[in-house]
Amino acid sequence: MINAVPEQCNNRSVMSRIMCGTTGPVAVVAVLLIALWYCGTVYMNAPMQIDRFERGNIEWTMSDLIRETMAQERPILPAPHQIIIEMNDTIFKKKVTSKRSLVNHSWVTLSSTLLGFAVGALFGILLAVGIVHKKTLEKSLMPWIISSQMIPILAIAPMIIVVLGSIGLKGLIPKAIISTYLCFFPVAIGMVKGLRSPDHLQLDLMRTYNASSWQTFWMLRWPSSIPFLFTSLKVAIAISLVGAIVGELPTGAQAGLGARLLAGSYYGQTIQIWSALISASIIAGLMVWIVGLVEKFTLSRMGKRPEPKVSFANVKPVGGV
Amino acid sequence: MNIDQQKPENIKNPTSGSSVVDINDLSLTFQTADGPVFALSDINLQITQGDFISLIGPSGCGKTTLLRTMADLEQPTGGSISINGVSPHEARQSRAYGYVFQAPALYPWRTIERNIMLPLEVMGVPKEERVERAKKYLELVNLSEFAKKFPWQLSGGMQQRASIARALCVDPDLLLMDEPFGALDEIVRDHLNEQLLDLWDKTKKTVVFVTHSIPEAVFLSTKIVVMSPRPGRIIDIIDSPLPRDRTLDIRETPEFLDIAHRVREGLRKGHSYDD
Repeated sequence: MINAVPEQCNNRSVMSRIMCGTTGPVAVVAVLLIALWYCGTVYMNAPMQIDRFERGNIEWTMSDLIRETMAQERPILPAPHQIIIEMNDTIFKKKVTSKRSLVNHSWVTLSSTLLGFAVGALFGILLAVGIVHKKTLEKSLMPWIISSQMIPILAIAPMIIVVLGSIGLKGLIPKAIISTYLCFFPVAIGMVKGLRSPDHLQLDLMRTYNASSWQTFWMLRWPSSIPFLFTSLKVAIAISLVGAIVGELPTGAQAGLGARLLAGSYYGQTIQIWSALISASIIAGLMVWIVGLVEKFTLSRMGKRPEPKVSFANVKPVGGV
Repeated sequence: MNIDQQKPENIKNPTSGSSVVDINDLSLTFQTADGPVFALSDINLQITQGDFISLIGPSGCGKTTLLRTMADLEQPTGGSISINGVSPHEARQSRAYGYVFQAPALYPWRTIERNIMLPLEVMGVPKEERVERAKKYLELVNLSEFAKKFPWQLSGGMQQRASIARALCVDPDLLLMDEPFGALDEIVRDHLNEQLLDLWDKTKKTVVFVTHSIPEAVFLSTKIVVMSPRPGRIIDIIDSPLPRDRTLDIRETPEFLDIAHRVREGLRKGHSYDD
């Protein structure tokens, strides 16, 4: 048996206990990355800052330089704390209804992400059900499904927006369609695999009961496919957000994280770009996390064997002293 | 759910001693890329009500294929086969048999109790009766306290017992078992063999049992069918003189060893040890 909590973690110092889980190591990497980021900020912004000092005939020291590179209004690479301040301003200090509120922009993007995800996931599942049950559907649809993802989304997104815009569809729907276009794919592929995952014995068993194909679907194929479904959904919801942001880029949308990114790059507002970028990452992370929670709950209801926590640090050498 | 798909009364209570399985000149040839494979050839076999039949032979002799043909999971290419006087297809539609596979094939997302209820759900049996029957057959295989457990929480032997309960709970007269204990160790296997005999005695079912273990075949059966490969055929049919009521000790008796010897001779005659 593998202990859920490795033995080493129980009887050592606080520090080694923190490092036993994943929290410690992840935090260490985060601290290193942030330190590296600050170095990068100084390095990238220094030439412009030196230039500025010299043009103004200002005497400067090394510590002046470092301080000023982290306080530029339009830096090449903003410092982490500048982004945090900007995010604090635009998320918590602005009214949600304000045009400068990141919450507002995030919601615009999130709503089309979720709509596109819901429709795309449903569409993907339906496609998979059809493909698994009808050989002709597999032959006729599968090549199209694969090739649909060969088209660069950046190229087709403006076309979709323009075409739909000309027939009067604007705002939420065209963006959701791009999300749908991206996210039906992993769901369809994953579910074809999932619905085909029952083994021969499990299928033969249903045959000996003279079960209808509907019963075989509900009692065997569908439950077998659930782990595959959640894996695909996690991929799908993340790219659904990408689809919504891409959908906001080409037409100069008024609102949304994509619009913030575009406006930021027009005016060289790097801090604004970075805060929109980080908001998008946080939203993606949260959505994947939520799908993961639903997955965990559902699979534990379905009797999934709990996975033992295996830590490589805890593997003891065999035959040691 | 079709209620009328449930077994008609005449199949449920066949008269004792009547032929449950009737196989005449049965053959089955698989067409493969390397030419035809003669899986079964000239099979003739009558199985009467209450028999415990073992099909024994080396791998590739067609014993599993023969069992699957009885279950309408394979289609014969020649000859005739009838189950309770009707074709295997009709027998399957009327759910005339229970089938136990080599592996337990329990659905991992169902508890043991709900796994046993699976065939009843397919048949559209009402909930109260499902619960009642699952309870009864869980008791029969001594798994009552594991009703709410998931399959992975049970040992291999317990899982196979659950799969036997699942086959029994539709109360079929014919039980088809395909090497059900093949993957288990000998101690568990002996124990389950005894339990199976006890079950067979209590329920008066007809059992067709595929195995490649000589002691298992001799210990369990009233009739042993020895088979041989290429083409899959019957070499010998041995009526066992052993009493129906047996314990594991019977394996030390001269009668037991005689039959085991005859089975071994049959297998040797079929050149099954050549390759």
